[in-house]
Amino acid sequence: MIRLKNLTKIYGGITAVDNVSIEVGAGEVCVLLGPSGCGKTTTMKMINRLIEPSGGRIFIGGKDVTEVDPVQLRRSIGYVIQQIGLFPNKTVEDNICVVPDMLGQDRKTSRKRAAELLEMVNLEPAAYAKRYPKELSGGQQQRVGVIRALAADPPVLLMDEPFGAIDPINREVIQDEFMKLQAAMKKTVIFVSHDIDEAVKMASRIAIFRSGRLIQYDTPDNILAHPVDSFVADFVGHDRTLKRLRLITVRDAMATEPPRVTPDDDVDTAVALMKRHGHVSVVMVGPQGKVLGFVRLEALHGKRGRVGEHYEKLTSVVHVDDNLRNAVSQMFANDQSWLACVSTEGVYQGYITQRSITHLLGATYRDR
Amino acid sequence: MVEAHRHQARALAALWRVATLALVFTLGVWASTSGTLGAMMQYREDIAFLTVQHLELVAISGGIAIATGIPIGILLARRSLGLFGPVLTQLINLGTTVPTLAILALAMTVLGLGAPPAIFGLAVLTLLPIVLNTVAGLRAVPPALIEAARGMGMTNLQILLQVEIPNALFVIAAGIRTALAINVGTVPLAFLIGGGGLGELIFTGIDLMDTGLLLAGAIPTALLAVAVDFIAGQLQFWLVPRGVNPLR
Repeated sequence: MIRLKNLTKIYGGITAVDNVSIEVGAGEVCVLLGPSGCGKTTTMKMINRLIEPSGGRIFIGGKDVTEVDPVQLRRSIGYVIQQIGLFPNKTVEDNICVVPDMLGQDRKTSRKRAAELLEMVNLEPAAYAKRYPKELSGGQQQRVGVIRALAADPPVLLMDEPFGAIDPINREVIQDEFMKLQAAMKKTVIFVSHDIDEAVKMASRIAIFRSGRLIQYDTPDNILAHPVDSFVADFVGHDRTLKRLRLITVRDAMATEPPRVTPDDDVDTAVALMKRHGHVSVVMVGPQGKVLGFVRLEALHGKRGRVGEHYEKLTSVVHVDDNLRNAVSQMFANDQSWLACVSTEGVYQGYITQRSITHLLGATYRDR
Repeated sequence: MVEAHRHQARALAALWRVATLALVFTLGVWASTSGTLGAMMQYREDIAFLTVQHLELVAISGGIAIATGIPIGILLARRSLGLFGPVLTQLINLGTTVPTLAILALAMTVLGLGAPPAIFGLAVLTLLPIVLNTVAGLRAVPPALIEAARGMGMTNLQILLQVEIPNALFVIAAGIRTALAINVGTVPLAFLIGGGGLGELIFTGIDLMDTGLLLAGAIPTALLAVAVDFIAGQLQFWLVPRGVNPLR
């Protein structure tokens, strides 16, 4: 969708962007990451020609952008900046409709679209559409900033540290909202950031810059697992393996088709099952497969009767679509070495152990 | 915080109104008891005629100043001018130090006697605060707004009309208000170069040591200045959109 080829920008003898080539597929989020002054913002601003390149080509959907009128080009690309830049003289709804209005779209249609977009970021249109930017909080303003870029439904979105000036709690919420929007709209996004955690959370691919050069362009997991040099390794942090936890879902790490017992099973059956699998405990499920609790081998020792008389409650379970970071956090909090994984309805799907997680994280190193 | 500021501004405005009314009332009482009012009323027809002339001078010179001052300010605030803009702005700043009477005298030497040199002098005088406020207002527009506007595909003209001017409007309006207040108060000097207006009564009153005649010119001039400022303030309050109007 977007292809940068040998892109270069020279400011009076200083090379700000040096021979950068990147390809971003349709619907992908590409995060340009690096310290200040590394050329990531300059690279992004060349895409909508706020900065003219000194050399190299830029293609959007196969079309060379230097051959398009810059004003028309920018109207076809969503743009979000850190300072938000809402126009104080326009109402929220007029701000959102700036580009549709310039494109001469029907007023009624664009205002209706603005209301839909406001709803998507949890701002009640009836309350917010007619307000002025100064009557919104910082977080609300940036939500409007983001949906303003989406109003004309451009295929490409450029975002320049859009959540950089927002407090950490709101930032998480807005990032999640944006990911939800992105999942629904599938825009091709170029996202400038200096925050590795944000990059790992949002990116399909991360491009790491250093003094104008592209050092590594890869998936978040590969960047974290296999940094190409000590600069990237230092930049992503010494705890980079822990950061990978967020990228893997419980579903990928869990053992499926696990052994299970029902409350009506005989104690002897349960003991035999555990011994056969080499487990020291087993999950007890109800008739629909919902997790009720678990029994421990040790606790059944010398007991008779049914499993339902000897079971213990589970302190926590984890959803299969949750990420491993949350799963590990729950394990640590409850001093457990394993967790039962459930679907949204609470049906037992499998289990994960600390061992299986470390094994999975280590796999990428053994392959090479 | 904004609410608190707004309350403070409203309280101040209310106080100002009450004080003005009290002053006018006291003056009225004093004028009628001392017999000055009677003396003034004798010039009723002159007052009416000269007030109209006075207002004509204000309207024409003020109109010229607004019509030229805003475009000049917009030109001077262009970032593409580089250092040239600030330098010219400083020169204009210097221009504000030239005394009013000197400007009128200079205008007279070129344009002769009568209304035209008076209007020219007044327009130049009124121009300065309008240009300066236009420049200041436009320069105070946050660069982020302009970057966002350009990044969204606005042309330079659209940025000027939809972003820069609306966001500078409050400051520009403040400049016009100041300029008009100065203008109304300076028009009496126009009489000295044959421009007419209420100055005729004031200066004749001074020459003849006739307090009644003097006040017949001075009091309407003062009232006009207050009235023009009040009207300009109301226009500023209601015409500048709520989003960029700190008073609303």
